[in-house]
Amino acid sequence: MSLFDKFQQIAAARQPLVERGIRSNVVMEKVISSTEAVINGRHVILAGTNNYLGLTFDPNCIEAASRAVRQQGTGTTGSRMANGSYSDHLQLEQELAEFFGCKYGMVFSTGYIANLAMLSALTGPGDVLLIDADSHASIYDGCRLSGAEIIRFRHNDPDNLAKRLQRLGERTSNTLIVVEGIYSMMGDRAPLAEIAGVKEKYGACLLVDEAHSLGVLGPKGRGLAEEAGVEDSVDFIVGTFSKSLGAIGGFCVSNNPAMEMIPLAARPYIFTASSSPSIIASTRAALKILKARPELRNKLWDNAQNLYQKLQGLGFRLGPEPSPVVAVRVANIDEAIALWKGLLEYGVYVNLVTPPATPDGGCLLRCSVSAGHSPEQIEQIGNGFASLKEVVREAETA
Amino acid sequence: MQKSVKRYYKMEGHPDYETILRRVCELLVPYVEKGTAPEEDSDFVADLNFDSLKVMKLVEQVEDEYDISIPLNILPDVQTVKDFIIQLQKLMVS
Repeated sequence: MSLFDKFQQIAAARQPLVERGIRSNVVMEKVISSTEAVINGRHVILAGTNNYLGLTFDPNCIEAASRAVRQQGTGTTGSRMANGSYSDHLQLEQELAEFFGCKYGMVFSTGYIANLAMLSALTGPGDVLLIDADSHASIYDGCRLSGAEIIRFRHNDPDNLAKRLQRLGERTSNTLIVVEGIYSMMGDRAPLAEIAGVKEKYGACLLVDEAHSLGVLGPKGRGLAEEAGVEDSVDFIVGTFSKSLGAIGGFCVSNNPAMEMIPLAARPYIFTASSSPSIIASTRAALKILKARPELRNKLWDNAQNLYQKLQGLGFRLGPEPSPVVAVRVANIDEAIALWKGLLEYGVYVNLVTPPATPDGGCLLRCSVSAGHSPEQIEQIGNGFASLKEVVREAETA
Repeated sequence: MQKSVKRYYKMEGHPDYETILRRVCELLVPYVEKGTAPEEDSDFVADLNFDSLKVMKLVEQVEDEYDISIPLNILPDVQTVKDFIIQLQKLMVS
């Protein structure tokens, strides 16, 4: 067993894609707008970017980032613990806390790091992490880093969660439950009111990752906890800047005084460079837009409903509910690749997702809708799928 | 060595090693190719062709069967069916 033998397994997992002509990630040769790019020399509509509010080209965000890079430089070149805390980092933390009505806010360099930092700082050996089975890799990795006992409960199943809490007995006071607002692969949301009820009954703590629901759900766009009316039962909210806010970074907000110790306890926060000034500036501008323009959320949902209904009408097998993530289930990898390539040739980019990244071992064409999409672009995305119905039929009868 | 492990985890009110082994082997049947008979020394990956998805499905079934929660942390120590049974016994008595 050599050092590099492990890569044979990864190579074997990639082989089905290589055999079908997919060797590497898609390259965006030119990005034209929040919803258009050039891929393989072809002008395409982007329908797989998580750019839910379409803010990546917003003039206010671009101007704020440009001003910050001119005034403060290209990077902080240091950790938040050392030279990497600028007044704008603190301002953004305060603005996030105020937006969520919380006492504390923390900013991290990525959403991945936010989960790593919070989970590994809040729990340790002897504690228990009870996580939804379909949790994002950043949650699984944060759990591993913590050294706590990691127990999965069945996806979106509050009864299964309750059963596991009951088995833990007195250990529930040392237990952190982790769920997501909207699940990234299938686009379904957690039954958060029921989960919060179970959490209260057993006296555990609850962390909700609103990565895909910030700016998407809730009257003010705060996410699923706001929509479900259970913000008081959620102990920690984690989120990202790389989706609705159109940049990169992560955050956590909370009323729990433990937040005062997280900067001293979270190694992923301490041992990485802080976000560059331009990112913080564009994120602050985007947060202002998210608050001031609820019509973006309405447009996002109109687009999401329209695409979901169109694809449902065409007979595609979709995720369980309409959402800005529209997951198209396909029978096998041949069908998935044929559809994905066909869509690119038609002029539509979506995410091709194959096992083990999918929750149930199937293949997905994962679309994500944006407020930046025009009705015509949504129509075009639907037309792309419609033009490929034959591919699905052929694969099903093969 | 194996016998002492079995004796150690023979606890009042819990199924014994052999009973769990028999039941787990039954639960494994739908996951393995026809003609493959899961045994005590079967290696999950090399002999039974298990991947992470199959492992998680089996874990859920066994959790329901014995009304226990199986922490993910134990899985790196599980290579064979025997390893799995020993871990289950530990969880049942803990």
